[in-house]
Amino acid sequence: MLQLEFDERVAADDRVEPRDWMPDAYRSTLIRQIAQHAHSEIIGMQPEGNWITRAPSLKRKAILIAKVQDEAGHGLYLYSAAETLGVDRDELVELLLAGRQKYSSIFNYPTLTWADIGAIGWLVDGAAITNQVPLCRCSYGPYARAMVRICKEESFHQRQGFEILYTLGHGTPGQKAMAQDAVDRWWWPSLMMFGPPDAASTHTGQSTAWKIKRFGNDELRQRFVDMTVPQADALGLALPDDGIAWNAERGHYDFTEPDYAELTAVIEGNGPCNAERIAVRRAAHEDGAWVREAAAAYAAKRAGREAA
Amino acid sequence: MRSPFFATPPATTMPDAAAYALRLGDDALVLSHRLAEWVAHAPELEEDVALANISLDLLGQARALLAYAGAVEGAGRDEDALAYLRDDRAFTNMQLVELPRGDFGLTIARQLLFSTYQRMLYARLAASSDETLAGIAAKAEKEVAYHVDHATQWTLRLGEGTAGSHARMRAGLVAVWPYADELFEADPLTDRLAAEGVGVDPSCLRGEWDAAVDGVLREATLERPEVRPAAGGGRRGLHTEHLGHLLAEMQSLHRAHPGVTW
Repeated sequence: MLQLEFDERVAADDRVEPRDWMPDAYRSTLIRQIAQHAHSEIIGMQPEGNWITRAPSLKRKAILIAKVQDEAGHGLYLYSAAETLGVDRDELVELLLAGRQKYSSIFNYPTLTWADIGAIGWLVDGAAITNQVPLCRCSYGPYARAMVRICKEESFHQRQGFEILYTLGHGTPGQKAMAQDAVDRWWWPSLMMFGPPDAASTHTGQSTAWKIKRFGNDELRQRFVDMTVPQADALGLALPDDGIAWNAERGHYDFTEPDYAELTAVIEGNGPCNAERIAVRRAAHEDGAWVREAAAAYAAKRAGREAA
Repeated sequence: MRSPFFATPPATTMPDAAAYALRLGDDALVLSHRLAEWVAHAPELEEDVALANISLDLLGQARALLAYAGAVEGAGRDEDALAYLRDDRAFTNMQLVELPRGDFGLTIARQLLFSTYQRMLYARLAASSDETLAGIAAKAEKEVAYHVDHATQWTLRLGEGTAGSHARMRAGLVAVWPYADELFEADPLTDRLAAEGVGVDPSCLRGEWDAAVDGVLREATLERPEVRPAAGGGRRGLHTEHLGHLLAEMQSLHRAHPGVTW
């Protein structure tokens, strides 16, 4: 009976809300996905935060601080959305630190130059938006609503990344070379952000039936390529794939698939920065433990005093 | 002869209002930088957001003040030329703001001392006869009111929270207190500007500041540490060894590509 109501609700494109009955597997899939998304925002603060103290103008510095701050904010909304499913943030953070929940493997690549900040905004945030816009219509209400605000901010992030690269691409030969190098390094990992091809994806089928996921990995990847190729022309930068060509018959750009063995290796912990990203997060968490304990002890004392 | 560390300052080559805006701008710029170092490393996510916010407020103040200093100077230096192309001896921030970020206890201790001072300063500067300085100060004072509240709330929590947090907050106060006197040092520039109604005599803030900070410390069960004042000299371009490293990092990329647009 409950299952039937749930199925009808999903079929009718109504939202499932926290107090509604839902199948255990639906709940656990959402917890896994939302937590992974929240962790990605938090870990993603590191590669970009790496350039805050060296941003080359005060305006760029202000924009970058604001962007990294937005990511912390996204993490907060997403942890809150996950909490509506009956887990708490501390538990999820422990799972991240123990390596038992993942985050987007894109953040295991290093930001080597300032142009990487542009490439992350343009390509990584661009890919994230392509993945996330359909989540604004996801069947679980709190997640869908969180994604509306997140997508608006991500769209701003993508434009600022494009603008950094546009400025570099129209600057000195040194700046242009920096921009091209960053695009060369970030292109393939960005394509990997859509996950393995549908044929090899373990989660796609059931998530699509539940309307958590609306489109397949391959379709979203194609959408991203179609959006990005003309933008690269506008930037005056090349995408590092000789296989990119307009296919009139398909009405899409052809492109070379990324090396999914690399994606698997990075997901399994063998990316350039996996160990460092978790070590930095763990250090912040452990170094901050005394502060969180102090806040909790203070709140308890206050509550005791008010009760007395 | 006295050594240059103790000599009176050479006359500044900038017009008074420019030199004054530059001082206040340098304070905001350098402290903004130190707070930004916390982003992605704070004790909890809410603090990543809060410290980034305070850092951004200060950076906004710094940009307005540096841009104004450059405009008054009239030598073609914009906010970036002033931030990125001066060496450490030309920076006129107070030493308090350049100390390394330390742990959260030190950061909060510094925020308490500095924000309390800065709010009182801006509140008076909002009445400056210089309309630009008055406008910048009036806007900034509203922002800094939140910084004071943030520092106060954390001082209470760390002071009263646990024995460990009390000890760390106390250690933070011991580390920053020697640099407090510099906040209130008047010199010929502030004397002239205060007389003209353009600037604020920082020495007249001391009594109000002592009362405010002592009040917070008392409520937090903390005491004012007994420490000797540091030598000071930030307004004369005499800094701790830390500022050079901060600037080396901050200015490296900008200086590696002279004259370009970012």
